[in-house]
Amino acid sequence: MQQIINFIIKNSYKLLFLLLLGISLSLTIKSHSYHRSKYVNSANAVTGTIYKKINDANEYLSLKEKNKELASENALLKELLFNKKDTLLTSKTVFRNDLNNFNVVVAKTVKNSFNKRENYITINAGNLTGIKTDMGVVNDKGIVGLIEKTSQNFSTIQSILNTKSKINAKIKNSDHFGSLIWDGKNVGFAQLIDVPRLASLRKGDSIVTGGNSDIFPENIPIGKIDKIFIDKKTNYYTINIRLFNDMTSIGYVYVIENKKRKEKQQLELETTKTKK
Amino acid sequence: MNNNILNSIRFLVFLSLQILIFNNINLFGYLNPYPYVLFILLYPVNSNKSILLLSSFTLGILIDMFTNSGGVHATAAVILAYIRPSLFKFAFGLSYEYQTVKIADKISPERITLLILAIFIHHFILFFFEFFRIDLIFTVLFRTLLSTLFTFTISLLIIYLIKPNKR
Repeated sequence: MQQIINFIIKNSYKLLFLLLLGISLSLTIKSHSYHRSKYVNSANAVTGTIYKKINDANEYLSLKEKNKELASENALLKELLFNKKDTLLTSKTVFRNDLNNFNVVVAKTVKNSFNKRENYITINAGNLTGIKTDMGVVNDKGIVGLIEKTSQNFSTIQSILNTKSKINAKIKNSDHFGSLIWDGKNVGFAQLIDVPRLASLRKGDSIVTGGNSDIFPENIPIGKIDKIFIDKKTNYYTINIRLFNDMTSIGYVYVIENKKRKEKQQLELETTKTKK
Repeated sequence: MNNNILNSIRFLVFLSLQILIFNNINLFGYLNPYPYVLFILLYPVNSNKSILLLSSFTLGILIDMFTNSGGVHATAAVILAYIRPSLFKFAFGLSYEYQTVKIADKISPERITLLILAIFIHHFILFFFEFFRIDLIFTVLFRTLLSTLFTFTISLLIIYLIKPNKR
């Protein structure tokens, strides 16, 4: 016993180092798996509040720009509103329920990161406004990411600039599906993989979110085709996409809740179960 | 006593500088300087080493909280704090413990060696754990080199700024 105590006293510095190293390594490794560390993230009360303060100050300095953005978005919404008349006349074939499928919550970005391989955005809305994990996030220009974690007043978004993110997307005019990923290199570009060789592609074609996704509504803009690569081993295209969204400057975002997601997943689960 | 207060102030200043300013600097879109390593290097040589370990860990974990990076900063900071004596020995020779070496004294070749070496090791660990893939080792090294240069430049500027003027 005496020797053990002696050993501990003698090596206390080393033991302390090993203890701290162990803690930090386990946090690091945990952060690379899907369930991220519960306390060490920017959605907790302390970090969230400080980021909010910083952002308030920054926001005041860029009021003019934000006004412009809002005005242009207003214009876009008005345009949609005015165009609505035409669609109403021919809307008899549209399912009534389809219109009521999605809930939208507005939130403001308080922290945005884009210079790492796994990027997360923090927004100032959380559980209290009904935000839950795995909801989709968009802004006026296009797709932003998925909700990763929420606290009472803040949430973190797994940005599309995250090597872990994988989102269902399609080519707008041919409806061929693929997966949107990011290779971690350039913040202006993302990659669409697993597009079958049958698809006819041209540079400049629009890429939008696909209907396979439970999270995003269909046809949210993502970007334009910039370069097309052919994978010789498989029969798939890999496409470089220039994002519509400037991921380095994100202000207000809209969190989308798919009300029928559970229903859909339930149904799909039951279908695969009965097959077996 | 005086030292403790000075170190606490340094801790807070480096933490807030890192979060408020340096995390927002993105040279060429992806280069971030991390001059908070200076806190670990400027810590007095003869003071309590365990406190240095603990405070480096705290500094790292706080920065991790703000940047959503898990524990990479904490890991790098703790390792740097642990190997700091060996780095000092390497840069200044065996007798460093008996002199009152202060890194802020004068910019000499030894101090530049120490700075670059320490920053390089810290950044390498940081990026290695951030990428966490062996096949990207060259990307890691490339980023480490560029960021080391960047952090080193900023650190020199900071040292010149906070250096007490004796004349």
